[in-house]
Amino acid sequence: MKEYQTITEISGPLVFAEVDEPIGYDEIVEIETPQGDTLRGQVLESSDGLVSIQVFEGTGGIDRNASVRFLGETMKMPVTEDLLGRVLDGSGNPIDGGPDIVPEERQDIVGAAINPYSREYPEEFIQTGVSAIDGMNTLVRGQKLPIFSGSGLPHNDLALQIARQATVPEEEEGGEEGSEFAVIFGAMGITAEEANEFMDDFERTGALERSVVFMNLADDPAVERTVTPRMALTTAEYLAFEKDYHVLVILTDMTNYCEALREIGAAREEVPGRRGYPGYMYTDLAQLYERAGRIEGRDGSVTQIPILTMPGDDDTHPIPDLTGYITEGQIMMDRDLNSQGIEPPINVSPSLSRLMDDGIGEGLTRGDHADVKDQLFAAYAEGKDLRDLVNIVGREALSETDNKYLDFADRFEEEFVQQGNDTNRTIDETLEIGWDLLSMLPKEQLNRIDEDLIEEHYREDEGESETVEATAD
Amino acid sequence: MSQAQDTETVQEDGIINSVSGPVVTAADLDARMNDVVYVGDEGLMGEVIEIEGNLTTIQVYEETSGVGPGEPVENTGEPLSVDLGPGMLDSIYDGVQRPLDVLEQKMGSAFLDRGVDAPGIDLEKTWEFTPEVSEGETVEPGDVVGTVPETVTIEHKVMVPPDYEGGEVVSVEEGSFSVEETVVELSTGEEISMHQEWPVREARPAGEKMTPTDPLVTGQRIQDGLFPLAKGGTAAIPGPFGSGKTVTQQQLAKWSDADIVVYIGCGERGNEMTEVIEDFPELPDPQTGNPLMARTCLIANTSNMPVAARESCIYTGITIAEYYRDMGYDVALMADSTSRWAEAMREISSRLEEMPGEEGYPAYLAASLSEFYERAGLFQLFNGGVGSISVVGAVSPPGGDFSEPVTQNTLRIVKTFWALDSDLAEKRHFPSINWNESYSLYSQQLDPWYRENVAQDYPEVRQWAVDVLDEEAELQEIVQLVGKDALPEDQQLTLEVSRYIREAWLQQDAFNDTDTYCEPEKTYRMLQAIKTFNDEAFNALEAGVPVEEISNIDAAPQLNRMGVAEEWNEFIDDLENSIEEQIRELY
Repeated sequence: MKEYQTITEISGPLVFAEVDEPIGYDEIVEIETPQGDTLRGQVLESSDGLVSIQVFEGTGGIDRNASVRFLGETMKMPVTEDLLGRVLDGSGNPIDGGPDIVPEERQDIVGAAINPYSREYPEEFIQTGVSAIDGMNTLVRGQKLPIFSGSGLPHNDLALQIARQATVPEEEEGGEEGSEFAVIFGAMGITAEEANEFMDDFERTGALERSVVFMNLADDPAVERTVTPRMALTTAEYLAFEKDYHVLVILTDMTNYCEALREIGAAREEVPGRRGYPGYMYTDLAQLYERAGRIEGRDGSVTQIPILTMPGDDDTHPIPDLTGYITEGQIMMDRDLNSQGIEPPINVSPSLSRLMDDGIGEGLTRGDHADVKDQLFAAYAEGKDLRDLVNIVGREALSETDNKYLDFADRFEEEFVQQGNDTNRTIDETLEIGWDLLSMLPKEQLNRIDEDLIEEHYREDEGESETVEATAD
Repeated sequence: MSQAQDTETVQEDGIINSVSGPVVTAADLDARMNDVVYVGDEGLMGEVIEIEGNLTTIQVYEETSGVGPGEPVENTGEPLSVDLGPGMLDSIYDGVQRPLDVLEQKMGSAFLDRGVDAPGIDLEKTWEFTPEVSEGETVEPGDVVGTVPETVTIEHKVMVPPDYEGGEVVSVEEGSFSVEETVVELSTGEEISMHQEWPVREARPAGEKMTPTDPLVTGQRIQDGLFPLAKGGTAAIPGPFGSGKTVTQQQLAKWSDADIVVYIGCGERGNEMTEVIEDFPELPDPQTGNPLMARTCLIANTSNMPVAARESCIYTGITIAEYYRDMGYDVALMADSTSRWAEAMREISSRLEEMPGEEGYPAYLAASLSEFYERAGLFQLFNGGVGSISVVGAVSPPGGDFSEPVTQNTLRIVKTFWALDSDLAEKRHFPSINWNESYSLYSQQLDPWYRENVAQDYPEVRQWAVDVLDEEAELQEIVQLVGKDALPEDQQLTLEVSRYIREAWLQQDAFNDTDTYCEPEKTYRMLQAIKTFNDEAFNALEAGVPVEEISNIDAAPQLNRMGVAEEWNEFIDDLENSIEEQIRELY
């Protein structure tokens, strides 16, 4: 291995060095500073005689006399089942004081794309115990469903609640010895306080022993954030597709990841895309998010819940926008609901789960699930529309039915969405609350539900008095 | 992807000079623009996109991690081409026509490895060839020389390639042959096999373009009913994420009455493609009852597959579509999404350090888009037949803002615009096509077809629905201020009628087995039923019946059940009668 002392330029997180041998694209580099520190980096561009290197730990301390070593291989993650229960830094080194990791394999962190032909379509319902998700935007195994949040909203609590409560009811009932469940937690640029919150919860609930934690904190080098999720996902794929685990990957906060991409792009003097983010951000994000799914013939699965804070709560900002185009839906946190004390403050209307339709129904959740969901969405939308009107004309000016929709929307938020961080609802409980609420409305307003199902579930006593009135006038 | 076979001119190998993501430059490579090259020790496939002095720039269709300067570059001397022949239907390809099932076998892994190549059609498999010409006949380019049963639905026609001279047939074979064996020989010495190659960036030649007069029947009420697309026409579906682009595209791929469907998943989700791969072989084609896959060719270049192959997948798709058009078929091509294609162009362009145009897109964005959409159309073919390609392109505007360059440049070309609306999607009104913003410039030229095949008064009834919806849009502005009850009675009734048009007619449940496909007759009768309610209701209103009593009749909510009614003819007959009866009882 050759050592060079040929650094020609240092700029932001980038170092340029002259070389006299061919260096591969994406290769790993070690830079030794005159103080004796070793920094790691990656080749971003390789041309004859000159390479540009992105340094993960930041370029502080490097001068033109620093020596550069090219390791001749791309970045690898040492993977083994023993990683479960370990806490690692953003580059995959243990920081929990435990023993060294003896890898079973070393896998390329870039990760190849799954052949669409080899995938298996995800349709196994995951019960998260959260009504706003299970009832309205169901999560299935192998899905990537991000949480779109804002600064100061309790997205971490929701992520923890999901990690704690997620089960697949079918397997539990059947007493099947299902595959084991594991959580991979990839933190990018979160504060030490947030990190403690996660770690405390993991330790309190004993979840840590089936988790692998990757920690890149807010004061860790920004460039390292581009590596952390790849490490996490490489570990997830190994556990899922070689060791048959059902892996839930929580990545937080994707916004910090994108900021790091922008920083590198700017340092390389690339032509910027929207808001200064690099033009290849869609491709880059896709290479992370698409590493979720199921593979035919393998028992395990990778389910992703990335969290991102939308700058200015704006979902047209490039980060949520590009994410939404890649992921299979999104869970939207809402500031108004939060200030009303709704917990979790999920706004179901702009939330979406694209894989829901195949994951619910008879045999999966319940036969009436799809119809109930559609009707709840429609009625809630109607109620919310009327709220604007009520501000202008007052409640008295509205018809009987309109008033019922208004009450429905309020109770929907207070009883269906509101449940608290420690309540774990089964899908049956969730749907029954749904029917309680729908029974506030006159029967003939339930035009999205099959008539037989209405007969079976509609609560006559709750709706009756009003129904008579409504048809009488 | 087609492998270079003729190595008459031995090309000089080049040496890699620099690597930056998918863009590689090579020195000392003797190549022409758009030649396909194999890059590095692993032989990654790439295409020449720029030549400057001794340096050749190549976009590589595979991941370039670990590739470094000094490695060799080998030129095939041929442009990026597709293999055309029987076996393309029922297949699933990546962006450069490598069959994904074959790749899985060859790689022995569920993950896509590098440096593995496979021909687009199985070169070993034999097909039953039935000649349609005999010795002594003269054939010209484009002429059909024989047929092959490709799938249960489609008869593949073997044609004289368009770049042949043509001439007198000197020998004809019949029976089982592999695609590379000669089946017809011409006096000019030209040999015709079932296999052709064609460079993807060049349109296959055809005769004159004609004005389309038949609609592409989609089985979707808002599309067939309000904003029809012609066979040979172009349409765009722009919409923000979550507004239902992909479901809409898939509905068209499933139910439209084209002979052949080419579905391009360009930079989209892996799980969605898997859904198509799993569903299509099981769903029946509404025209023939055979599996849908028997008329479908899938191209899946998901968002995490190499970006350069995403750029080329659109061309691969349209070239395959043109080949089937040449056989005289009506082909529908769905591209989901053209924005990802444009972004791939942007990414490559910025790596080439080209001067960017609007929002970083290359200045040639508009030209590339129009070149692509112009390959659609209804064509008079050289062999005397007629074939068409209809193109439906999804567009994913950032932030749902239709003023961005890809949407705007697309709208300048396409004649049908189906605007998806996130507000409708939030209310779970699907398909969430906004009826106020969307348009179709084909309506008029298709009217005669609708009059003849559906109902004489179809255009008038459609216009009535459009008028009611327009009026509703105006009234809604007032309702937002004063509430519905403050409106005069006739306007309240209009709102009631338009609500049924929206909820009972425009809304359509793609996941309901009955509602998912709606034949044009049913579309017409459903609307006619709402119009019956409208006419009866206004008569009653004139006779002094209060609007509330009219809208509370028992039969009215049944309008919402028309879509899911299986025996719809009887259901609508009964419903129209009971509406008439119940309203007339009121006065």
